Amino acid sequence: MSEDIFQGYKGEALVLLQQYNVRVWGAAEVETTRGHFSGTVLPRAENDDQKHIVLKIATGYNVGVDIDTITDMKEVGYKKAHYKIPEKEFPYTKGLPHVKLLGTGGTIASRLDYRTGAVIPAFSPGELYGSVPELADICNLDTEKIFAVFSENMGPEQYVALAKKIGEEIEKGIDGIVIGHGTDTLHHTGAALTFMCQNLPVPVVLVGSQRSSDRPSSDAALNLMHAMTAAGHGDIAEVLVCMFGPTSDEYGFLHKGTRVRKMHSSYRSTFRTIGDTPVARITRKGVEPIKEEFNPRRNDRNVKIVPTFDNRVAMLYYYPGMKPDMLDAIIDNGYKGVVWVGTGLGHVNKEMYPAIERAKAEGVHQYMTLQTIWGYVHMFVYDTGRDMMSKGIIPLGNMLPEVAFIKLGWALGQTHDPEEVKKLMLTPINDEITDREPYNGYLVYQGGSPEVEEFIRKVHK
Amino acid sequence: MTNPRKNFEESRKKIGYIDRKDATQADYDRIGFMSGLEVHQQILTKRKLFCRCPAGIFQKPDQFDAEIIRHMRPTLSELGEYDGTALMEFRTRKEIIYRLANKNACTYEVDDTPPFQIDQEALEKSIQLALASKLNIVGEVHITRKQYLDGSIPTGFQRTAIIGIEGSIRLRGKVIRLIQLSLEEDSCREVSDIGHTRIYRTDRLGMPLIETVTYPDFVNPNEVKEGCDYIRFLNRSTGLVRTGIGAGRQDVNVSCRGGSRVEIKGVAHTKWIPELTHVEAFRQWALLAIRDELKNRVNPEEWKMSWKEINPKEFHFYYPAINEAIERGDTLIAVNLPCFSGLLSHFTQPGKPFYDEFANQLKVIACVEKPNMATSEDIDDVISSNVFDQLVVMFNASEQDAQILFWAQERDVKTALDVIKERAERAFAGVPEETRKSFVDGTTIFERVLPGADRMYPDTDSAPIPLESDYIESLRKSIPEEVAARYSQLMMWGVPIDTYTYIFSKNQYPLIKKIVEELEINPKFVGVLFGHRLKNLHGEYREIPFKLDRIYDMFQYLKNNNMEQNIAPNMLVEMFKHPKMDFESILTMLNYKKISKEEIVNRIAFVSDKFVPFRKDTNEQDRVNSIMGQLRLMSEGNVNLTELVNLIKK
Repeated sequence: MSEDIFQGYKGEALVLLQQYNVRVWGAAEVETTRGHFSGTVLPRAENDDQKHIVLKIATGYNVGVDIDTITDMKEVGYKKAHYKIPEKEFPYTKGLPHVKLLGTGGTIASRLDYRTGAVIPAFSPGELYGSVPELADICNLDTEKIFAVFSENMGPEQYVALAKKIGEEIEKGIDGIVIGHGTDTLHHTGAALTFMCQNLPVPVVLVGSQRSSDRPSSDAALNLMHAMTAAGHGDIAEVLVCMFGPTSDEYGFLHKGTRVRKMHSSYRSTFRTIGDTPVARITRKGVEPIKEEFNPRRNDRNVKIVPTFDNRVAMLYYYPGMKPDMLDAIIDNGYKGVVWVGTGLGHVNKEMYPAIERAKAEGVHQYMTLQTIWGYVHMFVYDTGRDMMSKGIIPLGNMLPEVAFIKLGWALGQTHDPEEVKKLMLTPINDEITDREPYNGYLVYQGGSPEVEEFIRKVHK
Repeated sequence: MTNPRKNFEESRKKIGYIDRKDATQADYDRIGFMSGLEVHQQILTKRKLFCRCPAGIFQKPDQFDAEIIRHMRPTLSELGEYDGTALMEFRTRKEIIYRLANKNACTYEVDDTPPFQIDQEALEKSIQLALASKLNIVGEVHITRKQYLDGSIPTGFQRTAIIGIEGSIRLRGKVIRLIQLSLEEDSCREVSDIGHTRIYRTDRLGMPLIETVTYPDFVNPNEVKEGCDYIRFLNRSTGLVRTGIGAGRQDVNVSCRGGSRVEIKGVAHTKWIPELTHVEAFRQWALLAIRDELKNRVNPEEWKMSWKEINPKEFHFYYPAINEAIERGDTLIAVNLPCFSGLLSHFTQPGKPFYDEFANQLKVIACVEKPNMATSEDIDDVISSNVFDQLVVMFNASEQDAQILFWAQERDVKTALDVIKERAERAFAGVPEETRKSFVDGTTIFERVLPGADRMYPDTDSAPIPLESDYIESLRKSIPEEVAARYSQLMMWGVPIDTYTYIFSKNQYPLIKKIVEELEINPKFVGVLFGHRLKNLHGEYREIPFKLDRIYDMFQYLKNNNMEQNIAPNMLVEMFKHPKMDFESILTMLNYKKISKEEIVNRIAFVSDKFVPFRKDTNEQDRVNSIMGQLRLMSEGNVNLTELVNLIKK
């Protein structure tokens, strides 16, 4: 295919560029009713209108020129920009651990995409070394881009592919695996890989960034350094999510893939372990365990990969006045599992009961989790709970709703026998249900109270 | 080498440095003085530019509710280049601390939230300001990220957008071309910068401001100031901008022939501009002389510096700064700069020899606090020359060489050596492009490597904003008349030039015009009343709030009561002292009595008779003055004094 010389321009703007024979990356002199403009014509983003032409002027700024004001235009030169992260060969250092970085997309390393005007991931070890040279002091790195999807497009198909890939890499003798991932569903993937990759001998660390690496204040570089350190040198052989601790550039946390959740739409410190403490703190110096017990690194390669998933699972977030037809629709559409996200200790309204009974009769597996995020489902406290259990809803303790969804899909991928499924669901693989909630497992402090204000004044949030 | 101080003075004469008061256009033409401006002015808005925080709410340096820490890393520009400044800042390895106050900052300021839609009030006002500067307004506003790795903006870039390009302003007898006007978010205010820690507060961060950039059309220091004043008056005349301390500041670009663009950052007062630009143009002239001498001595390709760590025990130091450094455990490094003899102490700026540039770069880039070094050519002779004699032996140095001895913490030594090497190598090229920080005495010091167009990057968090022609035309109608027109009107009225700065900077012209036109008062009298009397009163009664409209009311009162205006200056004083007092009471305070002109004229004869000549050469003027002295008080408000003088003379 020939090169698109009017990259991104459509409609009237495209016609005008063709008429005056001015190309994208051409140096243009433009006469308009608002005066003279000169600069390099830049590509146009896909979703922008057809009424303007973008110029980069001599001072480096971009401006848009309204095509209705253009009276004349001339191309007087041409210089195409090559946007490229400087690629340098990632150096091999004897004695450093071998880490494999698996790419799924997301904003860990990225560059500008003119098509959408947004950033797209850039990835080879050379590119990574060019932008984060410190990585070479941490490990020997191999990378492989498995897919290029944004976090929200990750799903069961990708979980399975990743799990198989992890199995292969471990068999090949890798010292640690890092997975670059968009942050929106990082915790879903964390849960899925925990269930699919059991008895890990090496760390599998999921990492993302909240600010893309095209900005100087990005958290990407530090997160990557932390993740490589945890994967290459850390002793915790579990599926971990590695992201900022405080919003400051200070240290990161390693969270269990089954207990972590994204808690803020944009903060760097958005990932939090719910109902427990993180497994460890991570700095560039190394891993500092917070929990005393964890699955330690081993030399054997005896990983157990269980790459199953039945995606006929749905989540129902209960709201007051919810009608039973919501559940009916799920049954009618052939779903085999429902994760309820109930109020309080795990409740839905009475109006729902007949539909719940019908679901059970039709072999739909139903489990209860909580909207409160923190705490345990307690269905024995009120009659409602006892009613619901008798109608077939099984409480999931303090399993997080998203984790329950992933686990039910994984379990149903193996069996549909209610007792087998129940056994799989209630037998924790890595603390998705814990026996106890420590006193520091729930800390949502309220701003405004004097002691909290004093705390955040002294300690970096 | 000869005495360094003597060398400093001689090199100053040799390059032809003269004080500004003695300099003429011919001197500036000789060195090829060239200058341009970047004038910043905050826009008066309720909110910040990209979040909903209030604008103009400030905090004291030690007042904050939380702190966060960031480190900045360079990223690529849109054209795939790393920016030079970015790399320099990265080498400094600074830890940046931001002090946040809830009342003026949210999660946007610390880059934990993407930008909200641009503030419409700021956008609209910036378009009006661009129209006032006669710029071509863009068809679509593109928000661009301009990298700043010094930490002054927590994102690491400033969101900025061009509103208009290519305009001009007309000074007395000269047109200055404008490159562009942009709408930007303001940066943090620095609290401190010591070693590897820099602290900022985020109150000013994100407030909208405009930046007006001129071409380098200015050819002498005074012209730069005049142009800067003009742009500032123009902005203020619209009533759309913030005024007061910190609301306006400018970056001044200077070069001399053969020199480079150097940007003097953050000049708060235009009155400092002439001296700063004068000194900078000559600094560059001096650097060119150093370059020529160096090239005479050695081929740049063959030049190589050498260095050694020295053992403090082998030397006797009497300089307290060194001994403190040794006690701290700093590493001492001696550097031999071949062929730099007589150049380290070469004049660059008044009171500042060339070696000062090394010391400042050590501080800024390598984070080594000053005093951080001594040289074989210190004009204040801080270290005994024995030490350097020892170093000469150690390096087996020639007489043409010069030595630097610096001290730093071990982790900073590598960067420090790079800094010294690079600065010395740049001396062969002449004038490094850089930004410099200004001092009140007119001198400057290195701040950063000058950033280029490579630091620009489209803001992927925001969409372009189209500007319809109808909208721009509707805004054009609200633009007040140009400052140039006001300038010439004041001149035609005969208002003295020394009042203009005050009148324009306080945007009093509209009120003066109203008084002159509506009440038909003598414009020169009104202009002087504002530009001199009011200015003094504002200075004297700073803390008392005064409503300017009261001056209009006062003139109206005088007119309604058929009184002479010459009592106005005295009334103004009382009005300042008693802001709430009515005019009648003020006149009572002044002991004013209504006396007819005839009555006053009748007294002339009586007073005149009583005049006793008080010295031998007493003349007619003395008689007139004496009579006026006695009649002045009762005349003010009742009769025109010039007229009265004429009557007395009869």
